[in-house]
Amino acid sequence: MSVTTRGVRSTTLTAGRLPRWAVPAIGVGSLALAYIAVDLATPGSANPGLVVALAFVLHLVGVEVSARAVEGGRQAVDRRAVNLVVGAFLLALVPLVSLLWEAINQGIARLDPQFFTYSMRNVVGAGGGAAHAIAGTLWVTGIATLISVPVGLLTAIYLAEYGRGNRTAKVITFFVDVMTGIPSIVAGLFAYSLMSLLFGPGSVFGFAGSVALAVLMIPVVVRSCEELLRLVPNELREAAYALGVPQWVTILKVVVPTAISGLVSGVILSVARVIGETAPLMIAAGFTASLNNNPLAHPMMTLPVFVYDSIAHPGVDVQPYYDRAWAGALTLIGIVMVLNLVGRLVARRFAPRTGR
Amino acid sequence: MSKRIDVTDLNVYYGAFRAVEDVTMTIEPHSVTAFIGPSGCGKSTFLRTLNRMHEVIAGARVEGEVLLDGEDLYGPGVDPVRVRRQVGMVFQRPNPFPTMSIKENVLAGITLNNRRLPQAAKDEIVERSLRHANLWEEVRNRLDLPGSGLSGGQQQRLCIARAIAMEPQVLLMDEPCSALDPISTLAIEDLIGQLKESYTIVIVTHNMQQAARVSDTTAFFNIAGTGSPGRLIEVGSTDKIFSTPDIKATEDYISGRFG
Repeated sequence: MSVTTRGVRSTTLTAGRLPRWAVPAIGVGSLALAYIAVDLATPGSANPGLVVALAFVLHLVGVEVSARAVEGGRQAVDRRAVNLVVGAFLLALVPLVSLLWEAINQGIARLDPQFFTYSMRNVVGAGGGAAHAIAGTLWVTGIATLISVPVGLLTAIYLAEYGRGNRTAKVITFFVDVMTGIPSIVAGLFAYSLMSLLFGPGSVFGFAGSVALAVLMIPVVVRSCEELLRLVPNELREAAYALGVPQWVTILKVVVPTAISGLVSGVILSVARVIGETAPLMIAAGFTASLNNNPLAHPMMTLPVFVYDSIAHPGVDVQPYYDRAWAGALTLIGIVMVLNLVGRLVARRFAPRTGR
Repeated sequence: MSKRIDVTDLNVYYGAFRAVEDVTMTIEPHSVTAFIGPSGCGKSTFLRTLNRMHEVIAGARVEGEVLLDGEDLYGPGVDPVRVRRQVGMVFQRPNPFPTMSIKENVLAGITLNNRRLPQAAKDEIVERSLRHANLWEEVRNRLDLPGSGLSGGQQQRLCIARAIAMEPQVLLMDEPCSALDPISTLAIEDLIGQLKESYTIVIVTHNMQQAARVSDTTAFFNIAGTGSPGRLIEVGSTDKIFSTPDIKATEDYISGRFG
């Protein structure tokens, strides 16, 4: 038996191992070294981004060299892969954390009771709030959800249960995919022109915004629900058929309940996807400074449009408008986060019970 | 509560491919009939045609006649849903409904078909079906727990209880023990012996000892080669098939010379 194949020279089971503190120590060392190097190059004004980037490269090299020396090639490759994966993860985290930090930092100033209870009616300069925009966002997104969920879920049921690869299903899938790629501004223009055709030119109101969002939301709902329904094992359908249960009852009482937790989170994710849409709502739902709780008449303000409007058209005293914009952005992030939490809770509540 | 099945010149197709060719046989009531044969010989496909479950597979169709006490399953106006209420089925892998408790699983056939029964009647059905399936003593104290929390063998017996709660005339079993350990297999074989008092039972099995132990009649299916249809080679009393079969292929298969 040959023992000299590709670097395996001994038959012993033990191998060199870097001590636990080695990798963190190399990290700290690389950071210090990178800082010194950058500071030497640009005295007094070391760019932190450059320091971190250089430190990461030094760390990669340092770990590679020491691991290769002590542990051998295979372990060195493993450590390199771990370093790259962790590096990519941290890189992806940077914009997220930075965005949250900035939104909280700037938005917290105006996140007071007045912000949630006052609209912008007759407000110039400081004061006022986004009550009209919050109400508008809830109305517009709520109605869009009411339109999209039945349409999307029923389409998904057709595709996953009845269509199973026939011609109609293929055509529907194709158009759903095309719909996924519609630019949101086009959805807004579509809703605006549809409403103008139906109710005369210049028909800008909350429901038109809901239609625009529904156009964007339906394909997302269809796709996620279809995937989830396909995940339900065929054995469960067969079990129901073998009990003499008709297909529609099987879908209603066996397939959908089995997938319900995923369906609910899919719907909530699609709501989160459209709640921040700005462009279509600017066209279809319009701008207003007043609270409007009638989605069928008059423009309706929404949070993204409120944020845009505050930044794009501030008054003479700019700061209160910027503060309100950041508070609006923070509120929007908060709503999306609450939606996600509710989705998780609902998913857990409905999940198939598997307790032993 | 047990009906006889007469199959005449049955062919099963998947699209253009003929999977099973010219099967003619009779399945007696109050007996256990075993289908044996190598993989892919069409025994499961044929079993599914006995309650029209093959229609779940896209492109599958049947030519020929299957009479359930003289009534053709494939006659005009026959509703497959009604067929399946009379001919129940147990599958290879236990498949209790994960969203339902043990009790709800047993009652699934009744509640899903919107039959309204008083609570006492439901409780009676649950106890009778679970007793019949030899599961009552093990689960009587946890009827409201999820069915998916049971062991594999218990889940399979739960599926049998669910099938017999519908009081079918015939019970089809597609390799019901292939995913189970020997002890659970023994429990289910004992159960099959008791169930034949009340039902006509048809079982597909890869386990020849199992066929010899539980069945009264054995049917041997074989396939000439890949791409050719499965055929019924020989059918007869289990004693005869396992001791002095008429056809050489049967003897070869049973004695382990191929397959």
